[in-house]
Amino acid sequence: MTDLPISSTAAAARPWAAGAAVIVTAGVYAWALLMAEETWQVTGLLVLAVAAVLAALKTGFARRLHQDWAASEPRLNRLAFAALIVLIFALSDAHFALLMVATTLLYFTAAMGLNIQFGFAGMANFAGAAFFGAGAYTAAVLGTVTAVPPLLTLAIGGAVALVLSLPLLLPILRTTGHYAAVVTIAFGVLFRTFLEVNEILGGPQGLMVAPMRLFGWDFNSAPVIGSYEMSFYVNYALLAAALAGLVFVLVRRLERSWIGLHMDAVRLDETAAACFGVPVARIKLTAFLLGNAILGVSGALYGMMISFIAPASFTFSDSLLLVSIVLLGGLGSLWGSAVAAAIVVLLPEKLQLLQEYRFLLFSILVMLVLLFRPDGILPRPLRTFFASRRAGK
Amino acid sequence: MTQTLLEFRNIVKRFGGVTALDDFSMRMGQGEILGLIGPNGSGKTTSFNVLTGIYPATAGQVLFEGRDITNAAARAVYEAGIVRTFQRSRLCLPLSIYDNIMIGDTARLTGSLWSNLISRKRLQGQIDTSYRLARDLVGGFSGHLADRMDQPVGALPMIERRRIEICRALISGPRLLLLDEPSAGMTHDETHQLMDDILAVRARGEGLSIIIVEHEMGVIERITDRCIVLSYGRKIAEGTYAEVAADAEVQNAYLGAD
Repeated sequence: MTDLPISSTAAAARPWAAGAAVIVTAGVYAWALLMAEETWQVTGLLVLAVAAVLAALKTGFARRLHQDWAASEPRLNRLAFAALIVLIFALSDAHFALLMVATTLLYFTAAMGLNIQFGFAGMANFAGAAFFGAGAYTAAVLGTVTAVPPLLTLAIGGAVALVLSLPLLLPILRTTGHYAAVVTIAFGVLFRTFLEVNEILGGPQGLMVAPMRLFGWDFNSAPVIGSYEMSFYVNYALLAAALAGLVFVLVRRLERSWIGLHMDAVRLDETAAACFGVPVARIKLTAFLLGNAILGVSGALYGMMISFIAPASFTFSDSLLLVSIVLLGGLGSLWGSAVAAAIVVLLPEKLQLLQEYRFLLFSILVMLVLLFRPDGILPRPLRTFFASRRAGK
Repeated sequence: MTQTLLEFRNIVKRFGGVTALDDFSMRMGQGEILGLIGPNGSGKTTSFNVLTGIYPATAGQVLFEGRDITNAAARAVYEAGIVRTFQRSRLCLPLSIYDNIMIGDTARLTGSLWSNLISRKRLQGQIDTSYRLARDLVGGFSGHLADRMDQPVGALPMIERRRIEICRALISGPRLLLLDEPSAGMTHDETHQLMDDILAVRARGEGLSIIIVEHEMGVIERITDRCIVLSYGRKIAEGTYAEVAADAEVQNAYLGAD
């Protein structure tokens, strides 16, 4: 505990200081990476990130940070959210960078839904993209043929994903493990085929999606302050940040409730859980429906943002991408999903010069993480009911 | 015998061609400590699994406090007041001691999605109360464990895990506790210590009955009121430990006939 880069007396007085420093650094780093255009800049930044992470692990800073974060979690979470908002405004005229930030946030939100199922209750869902797509198609249909307020459309997108998961409940509750996973794969393939042959839903060509509107404000028009015009993606990035923040709070509360405890119990030993009265079927049902509803809501906003959707955006490989975010980040780890979503969205875009090799690189990364850090980039911390108790007593 | 607590009526359990329990009938009284003994594969753990709803019985009836609970779901058996430990420890290793014990108190600690996620006052109260209760219960077994309630169970040695498993079973204030080889993997002294702790809990509450499956005959002799001996799924003897130990058929079953 002596060879730490930050003086221990200062850290003891303000246990959140190290966490705050990391948040600010991460914010600046994200800005630099998003703005970097030259190959050497991107490569340099990536090398820097890997070196910094390895150094943090080697010096024990990572472990210390982990403990400090647990001790002042609510404060640091709020700070991270504030840093995100600052980042969005710092990028306010960078069209493409904002699109990537918003996409990362929506994938992160979707991954949190998947985490309830996979990370907490232990139910693999390989139809994530289908439920995400159900939300997007809901937004497309409601936006063109009805006058439903778009904010309500987000909720309805979640509800539609939830209703679509109802016919799956019986087969999923009656099977376990790999068999339940196969049921979801089948559903994902069915869903895409259904979209492709359905003329009303645009067939293989897909549909236009009406933009988000909030209190009369059209999200596809650029916000203007004085004479300064921002990218219209600022709107979407901010709303995506709000959605991610809301879902983060909800999922955290779920994790730290009796329902969350019962989900862990069902994942770890279903038989023992049943012997102590855990309502196994109800817990699985809750996880599956809640997770899919979150996927649907994030899909609806995603559809509005990219304004055009087609069956090809919601394939089995997109479902795999969502699952790989959860696995890369660490099963059940929300912050892990955030980091992994950023990697999965940004890395292929930023390494475009490598063209077809970028997916090879990405696959190697996934394998390396699973090989050397099987619990993910940021493993889930010990389950607790209170943010502070672990470090306190 | 005192009032009947549990009754098996002609229970049969077959797995394909194998008959694990063959026409097994027995009664146990309120507050009794019953030993269930027999050679390996004689159907002791199968009896527990049939009773707790893990396996359905092929034939026969199980009555608990006069109610028919044959083939009831595991959850219904728990709600009736029957809890158990497992031969191979089945705790949730990545979870804390407190979390593991709370899994045993599902009957009290649930609530709607609303009270778990949105309005969390009641949840907070439940956590505070249950934390104290769990700490007291664990403290009766090991003061050292009571100070480590927030540490993961996976880091604990076998004997401590067994204690946690028993606390998880006892936290809900059950009527009947099923112990499946509590001495497995423990020394003689550790086992006796554990039994004393369980008896202390029993002495505090009213009317906890226990069925214990055990190979360690010293334990059986010391704590049971009565024993039932199983061999190849059939009951071959019943009585006090001294009686069944002297039984010729029991000696045959354990040592083999000449």
